[in-house]
Amino acid sequence: MPIRLLLILALLLPLTAQASHEKAGTDRGEALYRQHCAACHGYDGNGGVGVPLALPDFQYSVTNKFLETTIRMGRPGRIMPAFSSLSDEDIKAIVKYIRRWAPGKPFRYPVEPVRGDRERGRQLYAKYCAACHGPNGEGGKGTGVTFSRPRDLPIIPPALNNPGFLAAASDQFIKATLMNGREGTPMISFLKQGLSEQDINDLVVFVRSFEQNPLPIEQRPIETEEATIVYDSEYDFQTTINNIKDAAVGNNFIIIREQKLETGFVPKGQENPKQHIIYFCNFGFLNKALAIDPRVGLFLPCRVTVVEKDGKVKVYAINPARLSRLFNNVELNRLCLEMNETYQSIIEDATL
Amino acid sequence: MSSRKPVLLLLLWLLATPALAEDLLMARIPMTFPEAMLKLQNVLKQHGQTLSRVQRVDIGLTAKGYKTDKYRVVFFGRLEEIREVADKYPMLIPYVPHKIAIFAEEDETLIVAANPERLFPEKDPALQRFVRQWKKDLEAIFHDMREE
Repeated sequence: MPIRLLLILALLLPLTAQASHEKAGTDRGEALYRQHCAACHGYDGNGGVGVPLALPDFQYSVTNKFLETTIRMGRPGRIMPAFSSLSDEDIKAIVKYIRRWAPGKPFRYPVEPVRGDRERGRQLYAKYCAACHGPNGEGGKGTGVTFSRPRDLPIIPPALNNPGFLAAASDQFIKATLMNGREGTPMISFLKQGLSEQDINDLVVFVRSFEQNPLPIEQRPIETEEATIVYDSEYDFQTTINNIKDAAVGNNFIIIREQKLETGFVPKGQENPKQHIIYFCNFGFLNKALAIDPRVGLFLPCRVTVVEKDGKVKVYAINPARLSRLFNNVELNRLCLEMNETYQSIIEDATL
Repeated sequence: MSSRKPVLLLLLWLLATPALAEDLLMARIPMTFPEAMLKLQNVLKQHGQTLSRVQRVDIGLTAKGYKTDKYRVVFFGRLEEIREVADKYPMLIPYVPHKIAIFAEEDETLIVAANPERLFPEKDPALQRFVRQWKKDLEAIFHDMREE
């Protein structure tokens, strides 16, 4: 009897080990998800700055490869970062965890590429897709589902010309999305809208052709190296401060605060008096920037620091063009370049 | 053993593994904004940081007629660090005191900070050490903010 029991236990052992291994994998996936994904996609996958991953129709229609490639490559310039430092095992663990929200097997797609008429696809795209996905596949504007500020859509239409999307999405995946739509989002079934399967094939071929075109310059991250703008002032310390304030007001900003660099760290009156910060703001500009990406608070408020050291007066500010790369959001490019020019203009007016 | 324990152990392990090159440090705090704000203040204190001031972005926007949810920028640091920056690394002056943006997303709260290593991928070893420590401090704060 004990021998039989031992045999049964020996047979069960691998199953227990496998179950324990699987549980460890899911726990690891959960830990990784909480660390890297939950901030944008929510702990329960309901979305936020990022898209809602728990949407059942999304879960059933995307393959593991789609999810894995998306995590690995991200969506360049479209907020979702590339997690290039995660191992393949880490990524698989995250995908396994994400899959827990909709148990069941995801749809399997044939591997054959879709064949169709690209030119017809272009015409159909302009008629049926461009309104949401942009005339060149650049996607909708905004930052996922965040209820911090009003949004027109529960999900932002993806950028179909994005290299990350094109690498992750197979032809058959795009075709199925067009044929079936995606429940819970504004993406409708174009089969139900009266398009034929051939029309949809033509559309897929056109979307795939985005791969052959380099991203337009406005959809690429800003290339700049220096994180700080520095100017030498030709004026004395106090005159430079006054000039900065005048220049900021002249550029439609309101001075909201002045303080020393050490304010809040030493008792009042004991701060180094030759390190002066001027904070200013244009609330209309700020509101516009936050509507594009709620994380830009990191830039805020606008600030210039005037420092006198060894008899020389220098002026320092962040370089918004450099910071914009951190957000992986090309929609911010224009505002960041504009802000960079404004900083340069204010500081040049004040120092030269 | 509670079901959360393995996750917590894994989180500790992840914190000990080499840092990933993320451009932004972000965390979702499963708390309302006032609770998360209070927690952030306490966590900063526990880490030896001085909270120098809070910029009430939402108040400014609302006063100008714009609609917004709770949104603040928290400034913090250590006096010796600020003096070291002013003395040795003036390029960092616009980035001190350090900042964390904190804003409401319905019943939860998000915190965001820039990854200083991505802003200053410097070759100078002394500056590299300084920036690495700055990032480690931020990671430790974010870790504690994620903890329930």
